[in-house]
Amino acid sequence: MKPSRALVLALQILFGVALLVAWHFAANIRVGSATLKFFLSAPLDVFWRVVKLFSEGEIWGHMWITFQETVYAFVLGSVAGVLCGFALARNPLAAAVADPYLKAANALPRVVLAPIFMLWLGLGVWSKVALGFSLVFFIVFFNVFQGVREVPATILANARMLGFNERQLFRHVYWPAALTWMFSSLHTSVGFALVGAVVGEYLGSAAGLGYLIHQAEGVLDTTGVFAGMAILTAFVLIIDALVTVIERRLLVWQPQGAQTTT
Amino acid sequence: MSSMTPETGRAPAVSLRGVSIAYRVGDGARYEAVRPVDLDVPDQSFVAIVGPTGCGKSTLLNAAAGLIAPSSGSVSIFGEPLAGVNRRAGYLFQLDALMPWKTAIDNVAVALEPMGVRRGEARERAHAMLKRVGLASFADRYPHMLSGGQKKRVALAQTLIRDPKILLMDEPFGPLDAQTRVIMGNLLLELWATDRKAVLFITHDLDEAIALADRVIVMAAGPRSHFVGDFRIDLPRPRDIAEVRHDKRFFDLHRDIWAALRDEVSRAYAQADGVAA
Repeated sequence: MKPSRALVLALQILFGVALLVAWHFAANIRVGSATLKFFLSAPLDVFWRVVKLFSEGEIWGHMWITFQETVYAFVLGSVAGVLCGFALARNPLAAAVADPYLKAANALPRVVLAPIFMLWLGLGVWSKVALGFSLVFFIVFFNVFQGVREVPATILANARMLGFNERQLFRHVYWPAALTWMFSSLHTSVGFALVGAVVGEYLGSAAGLGYLIHQAEGVLDTTGVFAGMAILTAFVLIIDALVTVIERRLLVWQPQGAQTTT
Repeated sequence: MSSMTPETGRAPAVSLRGVSIAYRVGDGARYEAVRPVDLDVPDQSFVAIVGPTGCGKSTLLNAAAGLIAPSSGSVSIFGEPLAGVNRRAGYLFQLDALMPWKTAIDNVAVALEPMGVRRGEARERAHAMLKRVGLASFADRYPHMLSGGQKKRVALAQTLIRDPKILLMDEPFGPLDAQTRVIMGNLLLELWATDRKAVLFITHDLDEAIALADRVIVMAAGPRSHFVGDFRIDLPRPRDIAEVRHDKRFFDLHRDIWAALRDEVSRAYAQADGVAA
């Protein structure tokens, strides 16, 4: 039997409160003359720090920078991924030649590229965009490549029988198939764009949420680190919710419980 | 099999002459699915091919569609040799062939695009066509929101809107439940009665073949499949395919054709067992 929504919600809230209370008491455990606050900070301290960050207004600039980096990385990575995925899926020779290089490039943990990007593009926005791009590109690329190559044979045969020329085949069959696969990886690729931005900032920058956390860490400001993490989490959840809304609109034609009732 | 002389005096809609289909299998050996056959489908006639599964009947249909090239022999369409895809034929597939990202009406309207019909007009005509197949109120649904029978209606509308002179059908009602098959069969006959196209209909269901067609051809079990029977179906039209089954003549035809088909079906099973053993 499915538990009722109210029960689930009540237990979720209870669990959250229990965690915060446990954290609160753990932070106030006395060790000699001090408390564990130095290591754990405390929920109320973190809360007031977040309030302070927002009331002073400095945080908005950092959020804007991270948002910009995420969007650029996502858009550029997706466009390049779709184009390359498409080109290689329709050109078996090029795909065969490129295959080992793509596999090798994808096998490399992209984080190690961050210093190179900083060397090339400086400490500003673009080195973070490059890192995010290198993550997003491969996800989109492999999805689109697969999607275009796996268009059902019957749909292709039908399109040929209907007399589609290359252009019409592209427009009505391959392009929608490719976009479908891109959208199906939307959550993952937006997530990776954000990872690229924050990790890049963390490794060297002068602004952004990753920079904020790194700064706090540098001065052993545990409260600052947790406050940065809390803001970053909320930031990711909001972006993810936006993606879900966009996804719902773009993929109306796909079977999804929610759509069939409308 | 002897080829039939076209009744109309004109060239047959589809004519296969000495057509064979062979594949090269993994170890370089040649697998001959269909050995040379002759077949004429006269204009405006409804021809059904029945045969056991795996006898190569769909392969033969694909040769008539120009989707595959025969290994030998020639295909001509209204007297002209076929090169590439058969532009004068509409093809109804067994599996889902609709574009899942397009609504029913867009799936139908897009079939007019290669013919250079403007979008507005295409949608109007698509709407009229959906109405003819009884789906006007489902025009804006995506394929996944439609039942199997409704999807077949959209596919039928998509095929018919181009007004092809030939209809090639590959077990189109195979995946449907029994009641829906009857309804779709009657819809097909009704549409065909108002606009007689040459139909080549593939099925493994003998009842369906007799109920629909003017002529039923029985195919042997593969490999090296060929025609083993050619029966004229003289049941009066219009027919209701659920009721025609109770006709005495239907019963006789069924008995005769089944006698030919039964041997092939058991051979097909014996071969499948032989391969497995």
